[in-house]
Amino acid sequence: MRLDLGDLGFDEGAHLLVKRASRQLSLGEEMHVTGNAPELFTHLRVWCRSEGSAFRLESGRGGDASAAIIRSAAESDRWAGAESCGGARGSEPAAVVEQPPRTWGLAARGATVEVGAPEYGFTLVDKTEVWSAQAPRFYAQGAAAQWDPQTAIPWDAPCDVPDDVEDAIVQIMTYLIENETAALMVPSRFIAQLHPHFREVMQVLALQAADEARHIEIFTRRALLKRDKLGLSTSGGQASLKTLIEEPDYAVASFLLSVLGEGTFLNLLRFIEMHASDPITAAVARFAAQDEARHVAFGLAHIGEHLERNPAARSRLAAGVRRRSDALRHTAGLNAEVFDALIILAAGSWEHAAIRRGFQRVMQLTRDMDEGRQKRLARLGFDQREAMELSGLHTRNFM
Amino acid sequence: MRERGAFVLGAVAYDPKVVAIWDGFQSYFERNGLAFDYVLFTNYERQVEAHFAGQIDIAWNSPLAWLQAERIAAALGRRVEAVCMRDTDRDLTSAILVRSDGELQKVADLKGKRVAVGAHDSPQATLIPLDFIADGGLIPGRDFEVRYFDLLVGKHGDHIGGEREAARALLRGDVDAACMIDSNVLLFAQEATLPSGSTRVLAHTPAYDHCNFTVLDGAPAGSVQRFRELLLAMSYSDPDVRPLLDMEGLKRWMPGRTAGYGALSAALDRFGTVDEFVLFASARTCA
Ligand SMILES: [Fe+2]
Ligand SMILES: [Fe+2]
Repeated sequence: MRLDLGDLGFDEGAHLLVKRASRQLSLGEEMHVTGNAPELFTHLRVWCRSEGSAFRLESGRGGDASAAIIRSAAESDRWAGAESCGGARGSEPAAVVEQPPRTWGLAARGATVEVGAPEYGFTLVDKTEVWSAQAPRFYAQGAAAQWDPQTAIPWDAPCDVPDDVEDAIVQIMTYLIENETAALMVPSRFIAQLHPHFREVMQVLALQAADEARHIEIFTRRALLKRDKLGLSTSGGQASLKTLIEEPDYAVASFLLSVLGEGTFLNLLRFIEMHASDPITAAVARFAAQDEARHVAFGLAHIGEHLERNPAARSRLAAGVRRRSDALRHTAGLNAEVFDALIILAAGSWEHAAIRRGFQRVMQLTRDMDEGRQKRLARLGFDQREAMELSGLHTRNFM
Repeated sequence: MRERGAFVLGAVAYDPKVVAIWDGFQSYFERNGLAFDYVLFTNYERQVEAHFAGQIDIAWNSPLAWLQAERIAAALGRRVEAVCMRDTDRDLTSAILVRSDGELQKVADLKGKRVAVGAHDSPQATLIPLDFIADGGLIPGRDFEVRYFDLLVGKHGDHIGGEREAARALLRGDVDAACMIDSNVLLFAQEATLPSGSTRVLAHTPAYDHCNFTVLDGAPAGSVQRFRELLLAMSYSDPDVRPLLDMEGLKRWMPGRTAGYGALSAALDRFGTVDEFVLFASARTCA
């Protein structure tokens, strides 16, 4: 084979042409390289030596120098044992493998990975535990549904709220921020433990964390609209969130957070939207609820598939709820200030009749929350008795 | 505690990566049943003396250190052997570079000029090229001025910094020619230390060889044999050893050969570079 490099030198990328041409050579076959770039053969000789290729200067006919080179096996040796790490398209059934080796590391799924890469410390490497076939769809939905807090919420809308109702709203926002923080931290923690082979799950969790970041922002802005100070944070509420943050099992954490916690929050946010006396409070609740609905749906899809592949996990999930309930037995659960603030929000004033109405609405809210949890548990295949029991054991802090 | 019977290699720490390299080789050898340890030296002279003092079994020697060992051995009536070398240690050349726009066309034109070289003890950037110019009839220091670039004497030019400084001096016009190993001609072109077309090669030296693993007579024959076998068995297709080969800059190990040290040996004869060291080291070893 012949290769003429013309006036292209090794200080201008000539090695690319030599590499490409030498890939066409069979082992042991010579390639004759010509060219007239300054110092071409000095450079080519050094390049061949470092590549492990044989090099011999030839005096060509007519005075033109050329070099004969023989390709080294080094490049094919390097890639000899390389393996393809799954398929790039998550929608294809075989793309995601059951237990991706930790040595695939951060390689893009579908790439060819050199053998000998370092082993990463990912702990979530079981498809049965983490994968959802619907993750690609949820990611696409989530990416399309990102909204801008600045323009989505009518921050300049009229907001004539009586002072003591405003106090209640600030208390509710304070509580929501605290809970959204937990909802941001739980997926973030698991992203760092997840094998990136499960790319779409990682992406869904990343969007989920971004959603919670926006929720934190809008609830904070609403709280500070007319006040300089936020409300109260109770140790009971924090004790409840701590058990959620510290749940080490990904499926159990996802079950507690998304199916039970965010599911309950859906009712709460719709309640706030419905009873808010100003359009800004209604809007922040509505936009958060829209994201939460997606988080709940993904949680249901993930846990549903997890149980389908591993029915024995059902008792582990139930045990997770019971364990958390035991841990929280001696705490107050829901912040009484929040409970009262919800009554005032739903009442809209301190008139007796209004308070009575507000109280009844909050009672109805807790019944709706319970019913919603039971329905979701039933969708996951829990029988009625267990669904009732587990819903009843869910934290009084809602999340 | 390490077993006392380990096969001990000496190497010169010309760069911090040397530790990672020999730690890697140590675990490769131990995995394959050769008890192995290594000692690092700050300069080759100390390593050569330690070798004759029996403190190490095998030395990863620069070509200059190899010749020092060979000459001390000759003075003492002992024998040296080159066990193995890298594929990249064979058939190197050095180049004498000049500015493209200059009028220098052949080695004889260097008369009266300023020639940049590397460290005093660098085979590739100083000794071999100066001897090559001297073969052409010009005596360094008498017929042309020699400018040394590198203060790291004792490292035998393993450190690249001096040659890069020499190249820069050439571009600035501080010198009329610069000597360097051919691999740096390519490296400096690719990193644009030498912009395309700014310099040209006035002449190449004949090909020569570089480092080797050196043993003296009396080295534990079984261990030397096992060491050689294990090196020659290292395959670039083995992902466990490939990172070591990449770090040490080779694709495969070759058996040692000594035919490629003639040019350097002639330079040492001409300049007397190592005479004093050889004399005193031989005397100290006898004492
Ligand atoms: Fe949220
Ligand atoms: Fe959420």
